[in-house]
Amino acid sequence: MLKAMLGEAWLAMGANRLRTALTMLGMVIGVGAVVIMMAIGQGAQYAVQQTISTMGSNLFIVLSGSFTTAGVRSGAAGAPTLNVGDAEAISELEGVVNVAPTHQGTRQLVYGSQNWSSQVVGTTPPYLDARAWTIVNGAAFGDSDVRSATRVALIGKTVAENLFGDDDPVGKTMRIQQNPFIVIGVLGSKGQSLDGRDQDDTVIIPLSTAQRKVFGTPFLGSVRMIMIQAASAEAMPLVMERVEGLLRQRHRLREGQPNDFFTRNLSAAAESEAETTRTMSILLGAIASISLLVGGIGIMNIMLVSVTERTREIGIRMAIGARERDILTQFLLEAVMISFAGCLLGLLLGLGIALAINAFTGMVIVISGSAALIAFIVAATVGIFFGWYPARKAARLDPIEALRYQ
Amino acid sequence: MAGVANAPVIRVAGLSKSYETAAGLFPALRGVDLSIDAGEYLAIMGPSGSGKSTFMNLLGCLDTPTTGDYFLAGENVAHMEKAALARLRNRTLGFVFQGFNLLPRMSLQDNVALPLVYAGIDRDTRREKARQLLDKVGLGKYAESMPNRISGGQQQRVAIARALVNTPRLILADEPTGNLDSHTSEDIMRLFGDLNAEGITIVLVTHEQDIAAHCKRQVRFLDGQIVSDQLTGLDA
Ligand SMILES: Nc1ncnc2c1ncn2[C@@H]1O[C@H](COP(=O)(O)OP(=O)(O)OP(=O)(O)O)[C@@H](O)[C@H]1O
Ligand SMILES: [Mg+2]
Repeated sequence: MLKAMLGEAWLAMGANRLRTALTMLGMVIGVGAVVIMMAIGQGAQYAVQQTISTMGSNLFIVLSGSFTTAGVRSGAAGAPTLNVGDAEAISELEGVVNVAPTHQGTRQLVYGSQNWSSQVVGTTPPYLDARAWTIVNGAAFGDSDVRSATRVALIGKTVAENLFGDDDPVGKTMRIQQNPFIVIGVLGSKGQSLDGRDQDDTVIIPLSTAQRKVFGTPFLGSVRMIMIQAASAEAMPLVMERVEGLLRQRHRLREGQPNDFFTRNLSAAAESEAETTRTMSILLGAIASISLLVGGIGIMNIMLVSVTERTREIGIRMAIGARERDILTQFLLEAVMISFAGCLLGLLLGLGIALAINAFTGMVIVISGSAALIAFIVAATVGIFFGWYPARKAARLDPIEALRYQ
Repeated sequence: MAGVANAPVIRVAGLSKSYETAAGLFPALRGVDLSIDAGEYLAIMGPSGSGKSTFMNLLGCLDTPTTGDYFLAGENVAHMEKAALARLRNRTLGFVFQGFNLLPRMSLQDNVALPLVYAGIDRDTRREKARQLLDKVGLGKYAESMPNRISGGQQQRVAIARALVNTPRLILADEPTGNLDSHTSEDIMRLFGDLNAEGITIVLVTHEQDIAAHCKRQVRFLDGQIVSDQLTGLDA
């Protein structure tokens, strides 16, 4: 029975090819738009996630405080209020995974006849874990290097390329501020950060060496900045609170006295970026869904025309024994078939365009099986939803009236 | 009557049908009583507007009466629900129209087989039955043709084959020869005569005395009532 009806629905679709094709086009465009928008939206989310994961997650920093001289405030990290002891105490706190006292600045690097300006970071080994740095060539420095202030350096890919060209940097000696440093490792590439900076344009050296040889420091053991990684995003606020409490206590700040340090959540920016792309992708999907809706209305419109045109046919079918249910099924099937065929073509079109966008613009796109599944469910739903009213109208016709219709 | 002691295939009692019109209720049928036995061959006659089609539509379960009872094969169908009426139209009786009413986009074979689709019969059986009936009406060789390729008389034969496909015991025909020339009409009436000889009850509406003369019994309508009911003497 159903097979016979499918065959009939197929015939009916074929009876008016141009009209069927145009009706389908509405669905093709609708589904195509949804597929493209989802591919782009999910691609954007994926790209942001990727960037976030290279940056290191659940990070925040504590900067030493500002000082005020004759009414002129120095800005963050102007006064050496933090020290290595603070960092050690913080690492004892619950919920803290990595703590790395850090001092960074831009310096000129020299190797042979080449020179290159880059960000130099003096820090301790936990920094590498917190920022999710990997070593692709050579090895990282250890705590002993920090203790004995050895002149060793890890360099990012950009530095390696610009300073060493085709040479293998590991084992070579470069100069930072006239001081020779042995390159012991090359860092794995991370690409751009969310704000568009090249994360690979960096040199990482032991904190003690940095303070003594590169930046100089007014007080031994003081640090400009401490980077802290919390165990999870949920733990972040609590960990930040604990760190603040601990530092106030260690710095003997009385109630009402302002902090002599600043905290800054590094992951918050990333999270808001992720939230933005999520919102954007939902918005894109919603806009695309409107075209799907329009496609559905197109189906309804054509089915209504079809029911009117075929009133007499409906009457004949009823006269020879078609029940309301049979007529309903017949027209519903037709709507669903148009919808499905349109959906299938739309899916292919959408995939094609999404792949073309990727090929020509390099924009990240993500095509998921679930998107295709959703499109199909939507097509069936649209077909049934918008086919329902015309089909019911057909099924409710009075056989005599329908037979009399010219 | 037909002289057979069978229970009547059709029995109507006090059957009335009124149409709602702009000028108020219009009584198209006014208390019709009639009994038709199995194997009868009956012509319904009467002037235009006398209620013949209205009556046939009620007999064909295409419409429901305003008041009165209609027993089809012993069952009162006057107030049956729609799905049950559809089932009766599908299996118990076959209806033949003046305008043939074949579906234009389907082959003759598919047209004939269509009632079997609604009876839930499988495809092979449908095909076989349809072929068989097209052969019976002498159109087997046109099975794959489309309705617009054959003449009116041939279309009416196909329509009769379609009415017969579910092996009903009753054929209702509202002016089956109304659109045909007299020669073709004779062919159709011969076909009905053959079917009646096989035991199928036939009720048809006609304006023409020549056509009615083929039947065994003639019932005349006037203003929604039966005014005469007589045997033609054709019956043995
Ligand atoms: N749906 C309807 N609404 C209103 N009046 C109707 C309707 N159908 C039929 N009538 C009226 O009922 C009366 C009987 O109609 P019917 O079609 O049964 O006549 P008939 O005997 O078949 O006539 P004809 O020989 O012309 O076919 C006519 O006066 C007609 O105008
Ligand atoms: Mg009539």
